[in-house]
Amino acid sequence: MMMSVALPVVLPLLFGALSVMFWRSHFAQRSLGVLGTGAMLAVSVWLLADTWEHGHVVMEMGSWPAPFGIVLVSDMLAAIMVVLTGIIGFATALYSLSGIGKMSEKFGYYPLLHLLLAGVNGAFLTGDIFNLYVWFEVMLVASFALLILGGERAQMEGAIKYVTLNLLSSMIFLTAIGLTYGLTGTLNMADIADKLATVEDTGLITVIAMLYLVAFGVKAAAFPFFFWLPASYHTPKVAVSALFAGLLTKVGVYALYRVFTLIFNQDVDYTHEILLWVAAATMLTGVLGAAAHYEFRRILSFHIISQIGYMIMGLALFTPLALVGGVFYIMHHIIVKANLFLISGITFVMKGTHELKQMGGIYRTNPMLGVLFLIPALSLAGLPPLSGFFAKFIIIRAGIEAEAYWVVAVALVVGLLTLYSMIKIWAEVFWKAQPEGVETDDVTSGPMIWMWIPVIMLALMTVAIGLYGEPIYQMALMSAEQLLDPSQYIEAVLGESRP
Amino acid sequence: MNMHSLILRTAGHFLLPLLLLFSVFLLLRGHDEPGGGFIGGLVAAAAIVLYLFSMDIQSARKVLRVDPRDVLGVGMVLAVISAIPGVFRGEAFFTAQWWEFTAPLFGEMKLSTVLIFDIGVYLVVIGSVLTIMLNLAEAED
Repeated sequence: MMMSVALPVVLPLLFGALSVMFWRSHFAQRSLGVLGTGAMLAVSVWLLADTWEHGHVVMEMGSWPAPFGIVLVSDMLAAIMVVLTGIIGFATALYSLSGIGKMSEKFGYYPLLHLLLAGVNGAFLTGDIFNLYVWFEVMLVASFALLILGGERAQMEGAIKYVTLNLLSSMIFLTAIGLTYGLTGTLNMADIADKLATVEDTGLITVIAMLYLVAFGVKAAAFPFFFWLPASYHTPKVAVSALFAGLLTKVGVYALYRVFTLIFNQDVDYTHEILLWVAAATMLTGVLGAAAHYEFRRILSFHIISQIGYMIMGLALFTPLALVGGVFYIMHHIIVKANLFLISGITFVMKGTHELKQMGGIYRTNPMLGVLFLIPALSLAGLPPLSGFFAKFIIIRAGIEAEAYWVVAVALVVGLLTLYSMIKIWAEVFWKAQPEGVETDDVTSGPMIWMWIPVIMLALMTVAIGLYGEPIYQMALMSAEQLLDPSQYIEAVLGESRP
Repeated sequence: MNMHSLILRTAGHFLLPLLLLFSVFLLLRGHDEPGGGFIGGLVAAAAIVLYLFSMDIQSARKVLRVDPRDVLGVGMVLAVISAIPGVFRGEAFFTAQWWEFTAPLFGEMKLSTVLIFDIGVYLVVIGSVLTIMLNLAEAED
């Protein structure tokens, strides 16, 4: 019996419940926030170690055997994602100590944070397609509430777009689940994969595959369903933005990786060709959108979209190396992107605005923050020796090997434009002199210590992945091998119960 | 908010204990027959809301004695905790555990983690419905 696979879901639920119970005390909620996410990080590392050792870790919830009950399954990809959730959750909880404010705490910030993390981990670990839908909803309910904490007008506007698009995607997802169940008579993902092999009507399978593509494409903010993201991600509290930017869209990407390797691998020429076009279009639109904007978090939001394109490109090429690159890219991206958002929070405290035109001169007053910004920013653009370089390098090399030259060309151009955007932020926020006539609030650095610690932590990780990437590469390699051989997953879940 | 209706107020007074008893009945019956924590919780919350309509917010809060948010928190903790005992017997999370014992007067009885989970749900439903209702009622005043 391996407990490690259930704990990353159960712990945040437990700590969330406890922090509802102690809703009166700000201190208790903060401590539970840090303790809970810290404990979650610890058990997720445990899960990663277990998965590394055994390949797959499976637990049948409530002892109902698969494929009838709900199973939690961890393979290498899921375990990696759970560890990343732990890292970002912990960093956000620390950051929130000085970045979130009593008002948000009073309206249930911490319970929602735990609930969101439980939803994200549940989505990564579940082996049941309907249960995946349920975790998506858990996550969305929590994110709706987090998005409007503070109740400003811009937040409401962003939230309406966010809610509408995501509900639509849930509806399509549910339709796809219904069709899948009608076709195979099961909801267990391993069992679906097993049964689909015997289904004659391959046309219908492709239709269902496209429904999943649309549903998860909306969640992942892939082209052409991305517009809810830049409309909403720059409105909530910075800690919430960072959490969303790091994790939420990646759950959509993860779901794409899961269903398009495990379940829909019959007609790769067709489905993954579409994915490749989606990837290229997503990269381009994201980066072009970013070039047109002058608001810190909006630029970053558009870059989430373009980076999602690289991840989908890894999946679409569907070679071992491409999947390694895709998984490596996800690891690199989550850390870097969350960090950039956290830094935008620090500059906001310093300057009182997110508008690039009204900022400036931070490098002169605070060179350390400049360096801390350059690490994730240059990594995002893919400069060696940072983590982003290797992520891009692997994917582009896979593209050349697969002879998909046009998409490689797009990826390279997008990398260059990303560098342009990052340099734009650098020049406007850190390098140029403070524009005259703009008031700045000078804030003491005392309570800000908790904002710095997670930023430094994540920046060190970015450097470490770049300089010492071998273990990360090995993990990505193992997950790619597992993804390309779904029979291992099916065997691990259904094992004994199969005739 | 106060409707000053004598009929409603009298009915509210008498219905409150009856409905609360009924909600507990539904909760306990729910294991093998229709009922359960969710529907029981809704009935209990409806009882308090009826009292709120017939009286006012202060007396509704008074009759509740605790803040609904506390009820919500305790319920959530109970529901999550009910998942854990199975683990100590080497089984998966959420595996139902049963304890059988003989009590005087009642004869043989069974208790289970399922019941704890249902009580948790019961409290969560009461807590969340009443948090919403009381806040709405206060906003209206």
